[in-house]
Amino acid sequence: MTVKKYWYRLVCLCLLALPLAATLHAEEQRAGMPVRIGLTPVFLDHQVAFNNEWKLYLEKHLGHPVIFIQRGSYREIAELLHDGKLDFAWLSGYPYVRNKDDLQLVAVPLYKRKPLYQSYIIVPASDKKTRTIQDLRGKSFAFADPDSNSGYLYIVYLLSKQGENPSTFFSRTFFAWSHVNVIEAVASGLAQGGAVDGYVWDTLVLTHPELTARNRILNRSPQFGSAPFVAGRAVSKAQLTQFQQVLVDMLHDKNGHNLLEQLNLNGFVYADEHLYDAIEQMSRFVEERKQ
Amino acid sequence: MFFKDLSLRYKIPLRIAALATGTAFLLASTLVYRDSKDLRNNLIENAEKMGRVIAGMLVEPMLHDDVWRVFEIISTPFKYPETNSKDLNDEYILVLNASNTVYASTKPELFPMQKDPASIDPRYADVLKALADESSSLTRIVEPRQYENIFLLIPIHSDGHRIGTLVMSYSNFPFIEHFLTLTRDAAIITLLVLAFLLPLGVYWGHKMAVPLVQLSDVMRNITPTLPESDEIKIYESGDEIGQLGKAFKRMLVELKEKEQLQQHVIASDRLAAIGRLTAGIAHEINNPLGGMLNAISTFKKHGVQDPFTLKTFSILERGLIQIKETVAALLVEAKARSRPFDHNDIEDICTLMQSGVQAKLVNFTRDCEFVDTQSIPSTLARQVIINLLLNAIHATQQYGHVNLRIRREGDALMIVVSNDGSYIPPEKIAYLFEPFTSLGENGSGLGLWVVYQIVQQLGGSINVHSELNETMFTVQIPLQETT
Repeated sequence: MTVKKYWYRLVCLCLLALPLAATLHAEEQRAGMPVRIGLTPVFLDHQVAFNNEWKLYLEKHLGHPVIFIQRGSYREIAELLHDGKLDFAWLSGYPYVRNKDDLQLVAVPLYKRKPLYQSYIIVPASDKKTRTIQDLRGKSFAFADPDSNSGYLYIVYLLSKQGENPSTFFSRTFFAWSHVNVIEAVASGLAQGGAVDGYVWDTLVLTHPELTARNRILNRSPQFGSAPFVAGRAVSKAQLTQFQQVLVDMLHDKNGHNLLEQLNLNGFVYADEHLYDAIEQMSRFVEERKQ
Repeated sequence: MFFKDLSLRYKIPLRIAALATGTAFLLASTLVYRDSKDLRNNLIENAEKMGRVIAGMLVEPMLHDDVWRVFEIISTPFKYPETNSKDLNDEYILVLNASNTVYASTKPELFPMQKDPASIDPRYADVLKALADESSSLTRIVEPRQYENIFLLIPIHSDGHRIGTLVMSYSNFPFIEHFLTLTRDAAIITLLVLAFLLPLGVYWGHKMAVPLVQLSDVMRNITPTLPESDEIKIYESGDEIGQLGKAFKRMLVELKEKEQLQQHVIASDRLAAIGRLTAGIAHEINNPLGGMLNAISTFKKHGVQDPFTLKTFSILERGLIQIKETVAALLVEAKARSRPFDHNDIEDICTLMQSGVQAKLVNFTRDCEFVDTQSIPSTLARQVIINLLLNAIHATQQYGHVNLRIRREGDALMIVVSNDGSYIPPEKIAYLFEPFTSLGENGSGLGLWVVYQIVQQLGGSINVHSELNETMFTVQIPLQETT
């Protein structure tokens, strides 16, 4: 072996080793890096004690520190995810379908043993007259969030479908920035109607019946794909898989099961993007109407 | 009119009570008024501060048309309703937009969005007039009298423009309730204070009135007779009333002395007049009487010795002699010269008294403190002492006491005769020394007259002091200058 050859081999080896070293280095670095998870009001996200418990659970099973990040609207979480400032987020199906190219589907919650949920249109319990959506004409209405499927998209789609212009159908609309707030807004009489996540409503019926009792459900939507956990494009396959596994395995772990019970869920499952076809369809319909 | 005539005994306590009650009520109502006013001002001040904070927080959500945030912010103070829920009916917050329609309210059912508040509550037609000045950022406090609410109108300004108004409605009910509670408490405290002050005030008032009332009583009682100095009950102190009382007492004592002096002078004058009259009459009687007795004597010696005439003349003579004796008794002559008074005279007197003393088994004591002779005519002194002792023994009961005390006192001899006999009423004392004044059935009524005449003629004085158990005659006779 000549010296020249030897050098060539060495350089080649080094060149070959570089990506490996880089990968190893990245893994090493990531070990100390926290996993950043964005939360939105697709569930009762303001229960601090529960969030801490869940955070500890995830930290234990992921082997990384976990940071929960909450913002005032879905859009802010979606933007953080887009900008790579979040690794994962529990988002509504609506922003998922709109930003599908930027996002990777991680897992979907099982509610009533299905990865599906509904949107409820609610009115105050004191309002005995309102029977259909049409009866809400000229009244004030509370949406949850402009990026919420159950709390915005569905009712807009429904009205558009009925040939109504959602921006003029109601006398006054506003966003309450969470499903719980919508329920409170309708219960207090601030809004004469509101659109909420059926899963959140049902959970509140169990935990805060005095609040839900002040409202009644006027309309239940067809079933849609539940709000999914998504990952940003920057998240590696390995990371995604690990997180996915931790979520899905919650069902098989005592603590995880306990947490799921508090969430009023049956577990998390892998899901196919076609689960959100109905939402995508509605989204497209509404977008077309706007133009 | 009735009050005017009321005694100070009641008038002063009543006035003090009225004053205490008035002061207590005035003080209590002032405090209640002040406290209510302070409470109200504090509440309005705090409400305004809170309103300004809220108004500041509302700017951004209103600019972003975020109704829910606005609702959340204004609902915060109502998140924890107080136990007294009835108060909350009139307590709410309204947010009006620039055109004064409802943007949000804490009572959305009552004040739905986009409604004109005046169409829901007609009071707002008046209340919102306060918002006429668009540029002003001052808080308006509107309190329509006929309404039971206070409205605080706080403009929500952004970049110098009013984008809305925060309206805070407060019920007057808690004030009224507070006022009533406070009034009740004040009333209870006032009553407690009065329960303490009134008896104290009445007691003090009474104490203040007592000296005046005593003074007044004494004044009322000085007629018809001036009271004795020890009968004058007057409050004694150094204050004005006390001084007045003392001065009054002194005046009464002086008046009494003056009265006594006057009575004494009157009695002396009367006795002197009687004495002069008696002496005059006695002289006038004595002259013809002497002649008549001489004539009878001559007639009996040389006249007709017929038995009937002699008997008649004897009757005349005896009658005339009785007249002469009586006149002689009346006409006390102190001119007779005699030897000075000494111890032997006292012994004689005591011997003379023995029969009377033994007859009545009287306990007779004597107490004579002088040893040498006294330049006083012994005959007269003896007569004075004998007369007084006879009276004393006569007046005393069986087994009674009679005391004779004689002593020198300066340039005078004091003779004191006392017994425990019957009491001489004051009205009789005035006439005691007049002739033919007899206290008992026996006696001529001339004994004391003679004593008085002798004492007068010797330039002395005689005093009587009679109490229930002791009657005392005090004679003072000045010693005569020895020549």
